[in-house]
Amino acid sequence: MEKKSMKGYIYLMPALIVILLFTAYPLIRAFLMSFYEDYNMISGEYSRIGLGNYKDLFGDKDFTKALRNTSIYVVFVVPCSIALSLLIAVLLNSNIKCQGLFQTIFFLPYVTSVIAIGLVWSWIFNSNYGLLNIILSWFGIDKVQWLNKPKYALPSLIIFSVWKSMAFDILIFLAGLQTIPKDLYNASRVDSTPRWRVFWKITVPGIAPMISYAFIMGFISAFKVYNEVFSLWGGKAGPANSAITVVYYIYDKFYNSHNYGLASAAAVILFLIILVLTIVQRMMGRKK
Amino acid sequence: MSKKRKIMNIIATVLKYAILILGALFTLMPFLWMIISSLKTPAEITAIPPKLLPSVPQWSNYAEAWKAAPFPRYFLNTIIVTIFSTIGVLATAILSAFAFSRLNFPGKKLVFSLFLATLMIPGEMLIITNFITITKLKWIDTYQAMIVPYMSNVFYIYLLTQFFSQVPDSLYLAAKVDKCSDFKFMMKIMVPMNKSAITTIAILNIIGCWNSFLWPLLVTNDRNMRVISNGLVRFQTEAGSDYQLIMAASTIMVMPIIIVYLFLRKYIIEGVTQSGLKS
Repeated sequence: MEKKSMKGYIYLMPALIVILLFTAYPLIRAFLMSFYEDYNMISGEYSRIGLGNYKDLFGDKDFTKALRNTSIYVVFVVPCSIALSLLIAVLLNSNIKCQGLFQTIFFLPYVTSVIAIGLVWSWIFNSNYGLLNIILSWFGIDKVQWLNKPKYALPSLIIFSVWKSMAFDILIFLAGLQTIPKDLYNASRVDSTPRWRVFWKITVPGIAPMISYAFIMGFISAFKVYNEVFSLWGGKAGPANSAITVVYYIYDKFYNSHNYGLASAAAVILFLIILVLTIVQRMMGRKK
Repeated sequence: MSKKRKIMNIIATVLKYAILILGALFTLMPFLWMIISSLKTPAEITAIPPKLLPSVPQWSNYAEAWKAAPFPRYFLNTIIVTIFSTIGVLATAILSAFAFSRLNFPGKKLVFSLFLATLMIPGEMLIITNFITITKLKWIDTYQAMIVPYMSNVFYIYLLTQFFSQVPDSLYLAAKVDKCSDFKFMMKIMVPMNKSAITTIAILNIIGCWNSFLWPLLVTNDRNMRVISNGLVRFQTEAGSDYQLIMAASTIMVMPIIIVYLFLRKYIIEGVTQSGLKS
């Protein structure tokens, strides 16, 4: 490598300008705005600096509901997706015909637009003509008001999201499984070890890093759920706001109510949640 | 014993395929239902009791949906944004990756870790200020509003830096001896040698752009500036209960990416896997 010179910065300049203007500056601004009370975006004036926005935020029933909903959503979507994906990935990795075809199918949801496929899901969930209720009727189950009743709003959202997030998890697990040496499995076959023991003693430890990675990435992206809600309910947050999420709340407060301070405070809370998760991931990564 | 084992093995194999086929059907179900629904008549789509399949496929629904809203314009906008954004993302990523992997400059390590630190920031946190910035720049309803803020992707920079670092130093030194300039070396040696990594980044970015939704929605008011995902959502509210048309429009939006995926899935799957294994 040659001696130090400033030339590197010329190459970095384009990226640096974009990052400073559209990442670093807005990050700082979001923190500041979250402390400005009665902030006016046009004039840039505010009445005072304090914790007023945070007080309002945690006093706002919609925000606590958004936090609660998002947490329930995360707790269901991530483990369900990981468990199902693990099953599929293990089966895919065992001597199977048409492995490539299966893999192509299972990864398809990852590349398709959440908005377009969300419209399809809203049609599947349609209580009168939707596919899901048609299938349920074969088993003698009455029509379920999937998208119209508050108590079914989150379950609908969770079903859609599990379908969507499995694609990524299966891919990661399959890649992980392929790094486990075949000799280990062959040895266990000679010893005729039961399948479930092979699974717990060889497979799970072998892909433990991928499982923890899938958990953290799943948590991070699930905390940011928004497009799924928008497309299922055509821009609303479910019946009677029953499926409101943190990002939906941020968007609604700043775009519809023009309450920039409150929206920024909610964004800072989201940032802190994600920061903690990222730190946990880094620490787990280091241990290995 | 061995006979019992044989039977067990057959049962296990049948079960294995049954679960996989069930899983594949679950994955494909929305796509199939989308296409089936898009081919029904208005009467069939709201028939009671429901009809699973259309008696005659209504291909004309596609032409009708295409004309019912300015979809050609939405497509054009999406293609313009996707192309320029991808060119921009590739340019910033190649230049930065070259700087990080080959050049030596003061504060390099610090800048690199600061770059990586931005990966922790949820983009949703930045949209508030970025929206204000775009408003003040008077960029609302312009293409650059949808392109410029996303022209630098730290994750791609990181990925490409890793690939660039694997190119042996001896090549660089030989080029120096031949009085080859850094820029020329980057374009003539580094870029061609990492063609497949760069292709992967381009494809991932194209998919991301095509599917992007929230930011374009915020910075456009004029219907002539809408991208396809925004137009589709608007079309849904306008089309009301004409679900066969909504499904046809969704199919029109999803198809180009599915085709890209089927042809280039090797790159896409490799790129996403790498993101998982490297970090």
